[in-house]
Amino acid sequence: MQNARDLKQYKGELTGALNNEFLRTAMDNFAMAYRVSRANAFKGMDLDGLIADIAKGKDYAMAHMEELLEQFTRNAKALGVTVHVAKTAHEANEIIGRIAQKANVKRIVKSKSMTAEETLLNHHLEDLGLEVTETDLGEWIIQLRHEGPTHMVMPAIHLSRDQVADLFSEVTGAKQSNDIQKLVKVARRELRRKYVEADMGISGGNFAIAETGTIALCTNEGNARLVTTLPRVHVALVGLDKLTPSINDALRVIRALPRNATGQAITSYVSWITGPGECQSSANGKKEMHVVFLDNGRRAIAKDPLFSSVLRCIRCGACANVCPVYRLVGGHQLGHIYIGAIGLILTYFYHGREKAKNLVQNCINCGACKAVCAGGIDLPRLIKEVHARIQDEEGHPLQSQLLAKVLKSRKLFHALLRSAKAVQRPVTGGTPYLRHLPMIFAKDQGFRALPAIAETPFRDRFEAIKPRVSKPKLRVALFSGCVQDFVYPEQAEAAVKILARHNVAVEYPMDQSCCGLPVQMMGERESSRSVAAQNVAAFDPASCDYILTLCASCASHLKHGYPDILAGDSRLEVKVRQFADRVIDFSSFVHDVLKVKPEEFKKDGKKTTYHSPCHLCRGLNVTEAPRALMTIGGLEYLPADEEDVCCGFGGTYSMKFPELSAELLKKKLANAEKTGAELLLTDCPGCIMQLRGGLEAKGSAMQVRHMAEALAERLK
Amino acid sequence: MSDSKRLVDLFTVKAGLVSAIVAPVKSLDEALAYTVDICEKKDACQILMSGCESDLSTGAGALCDEKPSKVMVAPGLPGETFAALKALCADRGIHCLDSGMRKHLGGIDIGFTIADAGIAETGTLVLDSRSEELRLATMLCEVHVCVLRTSTLRETSFDAEELVRAYCKDGPAYLAFVTGASRTADIERVLAIGVHGPLELHILLLED
Repeated sequence: MQNARDLKQYKGELTGALNNEFLRTAMDNFAMAYRVSRANAFKGMDLDGLIADIAKGKDYAMAHMEELLEQFTRNAKALGVTVHVAKTAHEANEIIGRIAQKANVKRIVKSKSMTAEETLLNHHLEDLGLEVTETDLGEWIIQLRHEGPTHMVMPAIHLSRDQVADLFSEVTGAKQSNDIQKLVKVARRELRRKYVEADMGISGGNFAIAETGTIALCTNEGNARLVTTLPRVHVALVGLDKLTPSINDALRVIRALPRNATGQAITSYVSWITGPGECQSSANGKKEMHVVFLDNGRRAIAKDPLFSSVLRCIRCGACANVCPVYRLVGGHQLGHIYIGAIGLILTYFYHGREKAKNLVQNCINCGACKAVCAGGIDLPRLIKEVHARIQDEEGHPLQSQLLAKVLKSRKLFHALLRSAKAVQRPVTGGTPYLRHLPMIFAKDQGFRALPAIAETPFRDRFEAIKPRVSKPKLRVALFSGCVQDFVYPEQAEAAVKILARHNVAVEYPMDQSCCGLPVQMMGERESSRSVAAQNVAAFDPASCDYILTLCASCASHLKHGYPDILAGDSRLEVKVRQFADRVIDFSSFVHDVLKVKPEEFKKDGKKTTYHSPCHLCRGLNVTEAPRALMTIGGLEYLPADEEDVCCGFGGTYSMKFPELSAELLKKKLANAEKTGAELLLTDCPGCIMQLRGGLEAKGSAMQVRHMAEALAERLK
Repeated sequence: MSDSKRLVDLFTVKAGLVSAIVAPVKSLDEALAYTVDICEKKDACQILMSGCESDLSTGAGALCDEKPSKVMVAPGLPGETFAALKALCADRGIHCLDSGMRKHLGGIDIGFTIADAGIAETGTLVLDSRSEELRLATMLCEVHVCVLRTSTLRETSFDAEELVRAYCKDGPAYLAFVTGASRTADIERVLAIGVHGPLELHILLLED
């Protein structure tokens, strides 16, 4: 739950979560185990095809929401179901409250429903004097603790067996041991009694199938079967996004839901409930059944060209499972009611700006969520969009406005970088690091040494090193990005050296500027668009074969971000597509296009490990090329654990959330050092800044190099 | 390998992965004998229901006291099959019922059913559960024994799609996919079997 007034208070809560030892260990173990079990669960299946099919099916359903609602209602009504549609959360709660009162209900049992969490249904029913008991074990635990879930599938993942034992001791009035198997049996007996006493059962619905008027439910515990069987009244509270045309759609989603959620092939129970069946506890021997559909913004979202894709969400929780930030701080901090990446977006739509405004800033943009989403939702992009909208609605913070202004003018931006170089001497002490930053700049940045601005930027060196090729085999335009232009020009120089060997003509368009990712990350859309347009104009894409960049973040932003950002600008549409099509990262270019060979390099067998940049492995789907290059370049590659997990840089993220950035870096470096390697390679100057800074701060001897430097240094 | 054998093998492996106990039987009579046998062999039929050995709140404890004897339930069987089971139970002093589950909400030892179909790729039983007695029998019992005719096996859930549709079109209906025993991992992600429903699922594969 988000109750923080401002970012400062939110950060305080993050610190609290970071200090929770149990949570940290539980989350780490879960993240590691999930990776393996998910991979096993999908083994041998066409996962990309399945995701594409689910996305297509859900998009179709959401575009036909009203027809499906009408069809479902007709079929369900014919069987005696009362169908309600609630415009708001409050209305849904009132409808259910009225059903309970009319049916003279005193006690209610519930099976897990995120939609009921969304509407805060229990509070409403309890205010009406009704006794409500959650029967999913995790939900019951958090209900007893009066808190919200921290995971959509495992709501009590943040709690230890000791905490549960204490809680159950209170409930039973008898001391309970912390033996999990015993605790589960205690819950079995305590909850069995609740089912027996209840007059009404409330469930959610994983699917509302229009062709038959069926509500389908997936559970492992089987509680939904008892909830929908024993009491005389059954109410299913279902989001309009769960409407689906056919049984086939439901079967398809069921193939992905449990596998993506917990690595199970299927949940223990799938119940297909079509109409009110027999019920011996009812006076007429028949169940009273209601389906309450919740709109609460879903109808409007379905019509939104950008955000309609969020309704593809099947509530598997995978986006939280793989989120490195969620892993550090848990669901109470990385969610309001809906958790994880999807939660950051849904909170804005279902619970409002005030609850979402701090949350949406806590995305490091690593793309791990997007890579596992069962509906193929571009979560990071939508999170940034929500962030931008909130800033447009509430006003932009000064820092972000300033950066936006500066970046919009390349000349001003570069002039500032050049003057920063002139005044940095007192803080570098002649080293390549900023050693004595005044506190205002260095707050909480002690975990890494920040690099100094280079003596001569790459753009000023280029003319002197430009390869002189008469009949080039390829024409490449180089996009350096700010970091290689002004901080690490030697990396771009190394690349030019390799390109020259292969008879490649290189151009460096001087009007290029920052790729714009930092302002995009800060929700400065206007500036982001302006910078993108400037860069597309600076490169004349038709005049080169490739636009090469050594920065993974720039590359994925140029390739995938630009076409989205500049969409709808008719003057640029063709050029931006041409531009994006030509963008390639360094490792892919050298490995796949130049096809470098081992005989070009001096083999020294240096023990080397690799950090796979988020925007390379997920942003561009490049995983093989860099690993192959290390061997081709004569290095001994020692794989590290979790090579593809974020290093914690995230550009402006590491300035905004230094504590979280530091923790991610600590894990990353520990994994790299564990391999025994002397050299750590990667394909992104941003990651290098973070990794090198971290190793420097802790006094480690491990060296960090860009792939281009490692190869250029070993050229024969 | 014949297609039927392949599906049986796949089903056996997949059901085993979710801790279901799968055994072949040659006849329905053998299945009945198996079911009555596990009351003795596996200590399934105990007077005390699972969890009742714990210190419970008064209300929950009171429900434990309601169970008078060993109870086996088998709703929805053909008349002669139920009669045969009842006779076997009578020999062992087991109370055998085909209705009145609501009188046994405290717990039932064994629920015996015959599945309508099986899905091999996930080791799943498909059970027409529109009868409330059958639904309760499979939920309230400590051990669920289910006969699955191998002729009803399908490879994937999509192969069962028409069947699911046929049941759902014939509403009111309540169809269940059952895969393994009732489970949870809600406390520290530690797997625990039997949180609400059966603690054991036995699947008896009947070749037909």
